[in-house]
Amino acid sequence: MILTWLLMTPVIGGALAWAAGACPPLAGRRPAVSRWVALAACGVQLGLACWAGAYLLPNGGFVEQRARWIPALGVSYHLAIDGLSLLLVALTALLGMVAVTCSWREIQHRVGAFHFVLLCVLAGVTGVFLARDLLLFYFLWEVMLVPMYFLIAIWGHERRNYAAIKFFLFTFIPSLLMLAAILGLAFLHYRATSVLTFDAEALKATPLSPIAAAWLMAGFFLGFAVKVPAVPLHTWLADAHTEAPTGGSVVLAGLLLKTGAYGMLRFAIPLFPDAAAAFAPIACALGVAGILYGAALSFAQIDFKRMVAYSSISHMGFVLLGVYSGNEIALQGAMMQMLAHGVGTGALFVLAGSIQERCHTRQLDRLGGLWETAPRLGGFTLLFALAAVGLPGMGSFIGEFLSLLGAYLVHPALAAIGAVGFVLSVVYALRLLQQSIYGPNSEGWRVPDLTPREVVMLGGLAAVIFWLGLYPAPIFQAAGPALRELGAHSASAPLRVNGTLLPWTQQVQTTREDVP
Amino acid sequence: MTARDLLALLPLICLAYGAVAVMVVGAFWRSHAGIAGLTLASLAAALLVSGQAFALAPRQVTPLLRVDVFALSYLVLFVLGAAALTAFSWDYLAGIPQGRERFYCLLLLAVAGMGVLAASTHFASFFLGLETLSVSLYGLIGFTLRRPASLEGSLKYLVLAGVSLSFLLLGMALVYFQFGTMEFAALAERLGRSGDPPYLVLLGLGLILVGFGFKLALVPFHTWAPDVYQGAPAPVSALVATGSKAALLAVLVRFAPVLMGAHSGAPLLEVLAIITMFGGNLLALFQGNLKRLLAYSSIAHMGYLLIPLLAGGAAGVASIWFYFVSYFITTIGAFGVISALSAGPEEVAELEQYRGLGFRRPWIGAVLGLMMLSLAGIPLTVGFMAKLYIFAAAARSGLWLLLVVGVVNSGMAAYYYLRVLSILYSQPGEAEERLPRVRPASGVVLVALSVLVVLLGIVPGALMSRAQAISRGTASTTDGHR
Repeated sequence: MILTWLLMTPVIGGALAWAAGACPPLAGRRPAVSRWVALAACGVQLGLACWAGAYLLPNGGFVEQRARWIPALGVSYHLAIDGLSLLLVALTALLGMVAVTCSWREIQHRVGAFHFVLLCVLAGVTGVFLARDLLLFYFLWEVMLVPMYFLIAIWGHERRNYAAIKFFLFTFIPSLLMLAAILGLAFLHYRATSVLTFDAEALKATPLSPIAAAWLMAGFFLGFAVKVPAVPLHTWLADAHTEAPTGGSVVLAGLLLKTGAYGMLRFAIPLFPDAAAAFAPIACALGVAGILYGAALSFAQIDFKRMVAYSSISHMGFVLLGVYSGNEIALQGAMMQMLAHGVGTGALFVLAGSIQERCHTRQLDRLGGLWETAPRLGGFTLLFALAAVGLPGMGSFIGEFLSLLGAYLVHPALAAIGAVGFVLSVVYALRLLQQSIYGPNSEGWRVPDLTPREVVMLGGLAAVIFWLGLYPAPIFQAAGPALRELGAHSASAPLRVNGTLLPWTQQVQTTREDVP
Repeated sequence: MTARDLLALLPLICLAYGAVAVMVVGAFWRSHAGIAGLTLASLAAALLVSGQAFALAPRQVTPLLRVDVFALSYLVLFVLGAAALTAFSWDYLAGIPQGRERFYCLLLLAVAGMGVLAASTHFASFFLGLETLSVSLYGLIGFTLRRPASLEGSLKYLVLAGVSLSFLLLGMALVYFQFGTMEFAALAERLGRSGDPPYLVLLGLGLILVGFGFKLALVPFHTWAPDVYQGAPAPVSALVATGSKAALLAVLVRFAPVLMGAHSGAPLLEVLAIITMFGGNLLALFQGNLKRLLAYSSIAHMGYLLIPLLAGGAAGVASIWFYFVSYFITTIGAFGVISALSAGPEEVAELEQYRGLGFRRPWIGAVLGLMMLSLAGIPLTVGFMAKLYIFAAAARSGLWLLLVVGVVNSGMAAYYYLRVLSILYSQPGEAEERLPRVRPASGVVLVALSVLVVLLGIVPGALMSRAQAISRGTASTTDGHR
């Protein structure tokens, strides 16, 4: 039942927040009550996730729930949680709290509806991380889209309609192809075994011809690659992130991008191990292309939010590279990079929102010299920009380093090229800092500094970033069993890691298996 | 004909006598409420006695009609749809002073015609049902004579329906000339025995297919649809979009074994399906009028529905019915919103008139938005489950090309449904016209339809099991046409 509660908490909280926002007796306090209810719902979800982590995972490390849903089509309501899902659900709840908090002043119209829609997105994301039945997964995958569309289209910035429709179509059409692939897989399984099921565990055993497997894998990969986003399919990202309200950008960058990588890790690779292994070099190359191209695009931007948005493409390139490198080091790196990027980029979008709220512009050529009057704002911008660069001691360093290390063991050349991304990220991040918080204050900005609410929120995120960077062992231990199992499916992984991976305290030993 | 036969036919008889009763009573007692009540009573009676008919099914009543679970399931759908439309018409016609009882009489006749179509296994009953339906529709489409568009729509429909009927008749005659029988089952059997069918039969079947194409508005026989939808009173547009198409497709399901018996039948239908999906969706992309947009969307939906028809088998037949349930709920809901907002002489159908409706009038705006999401096939709505079911039928039969085309088209279609959504939820301008209040009858039905959309979108299991039952006992559904 804990899984259903994890899924339903945001929905119930959202409905309550909406009701509070429209409740006549509350009079002028309606928006405030609505915000607190939404915040509490995310807090409860985070609490549930932590409770699940603390009490359930050590006892076997796996909890699941099954029920019949649509018997006519063999679809079941099958949720399960392991270390990988748990970490991402916890990230969802944490960023949910951030998204509610950072909208405290920005959203002043239709406050109740805003929180309902926001929490519906979170419920969809949570469901995606928990679902183990492919159709349930697809169902929840699409459930994320509609509220996200409304979030951008109603509360977004100037070109919101264009961005919202672009976001929706770019993610909807490839995911429909994924639906076709899901149906194809299920019915090929049905032909072979006469059992109609969409359960991912059962479908792993489907005997497939190499051609069928390649086509089906392509359908899955396309659906997920758009979300990550992998390079040729990334064009929706900048518009959606830029036009979305701050809370929406946090959820988009922090969570929606992760669902794509998670989908590859959980489904696209384990369901078609051989086809995925054959495809892995291409996917890795796409990842490296994303790292470099995203960084280059990011450098060319003059809009604070767009710059951060494009840097996400670069950072998620490391995730793609790690996921398709297939060995445990790379997978751990990808996992860590997902968490660190979620927290770090979420924080940068919060800062972009704060700056826009104060200066009413995001144009880097008009900003500058903000540190003079707002040192706390400047300090946090510096901190999170450095986190994005991958400064040692912060989470993204570990994520990017391990992704590259893992990739190096499989594709040395690609890893070497990808490592250039480290340098490029320094270039754009320094430019961002130089033109916003440092530099000449040409427009004479005198802005109020961060409020205590913002300091607490950003301080919390900073603490998480440092925790991920300085003592990542608990994360590795939590995700380890799940990733080892996923890595075992990937036939491409000629290398295995012995022992628990604790890069700072323990020698990492790698052994080469016999490759036929 | 025995008493049991009559009992099995009782739902159809109720509808026919209901039409007569409305006509007779309307001649003496011109009360709108009374007539509408009588209409609802006839529909309720038909629904009530269909329970008994379900117990007797399957039963061949005369060579013409086969009362089985398939026919009765469609009949129930038609009757419930007609009940919803009666509620909308009751509000819509409030502003039109004369001749309102004629409307209800024609509505009941149309439903009776559809019921006959769903039960027909014979060219004669097919033709009878189609004539009853079409003649009623001529009157209904042109009912608001004061609006030139309505008259234009009626004339267009009259001419094109007449042409398509003559195609159909000639086709039937040619097939009959060769085989000497008009029963679908016997035709399929002779066609199977004859090996290569003679050219006359192929010609006949082709003409029949053209007739179907006109009535179902498949591309390239679709050109009448947008004008007729736009011209007809909104409740009638809903009837043309839902009932008349479902009835025709029900016949097509029974006739499919004959059509597929000719070797070129299946590939021809496949091509029709693909160009209908693309045509409907591409033409819908840039419509500025909601009724025209829904017309093109309904063309595309007929294209999707040819996929399970080609897939065939029990799953195909079941998914077609389920899809129609979903399609009835959402299409009647969408036209219901137009009807509920059009109290004056002119209809509110231009998309610009809906700008900001979601904020100005949150409830009815949300209903229209929900219907659009369901038509687009987004999860949490019944439209998703319906699409899923027909795509699953395609996958089961290995129709990969149609599956991918259908999926790509659903993605394209999302664009124009979203366009409506984004207009509904954009900032209203300064001087927006005030739209009339929604009257209680329409309001209740719209709420009920919205609840159904979400409810069936989350727990479709029971209805899907029901759908699986309808293909049992349908004599002419062979398992897999390929």
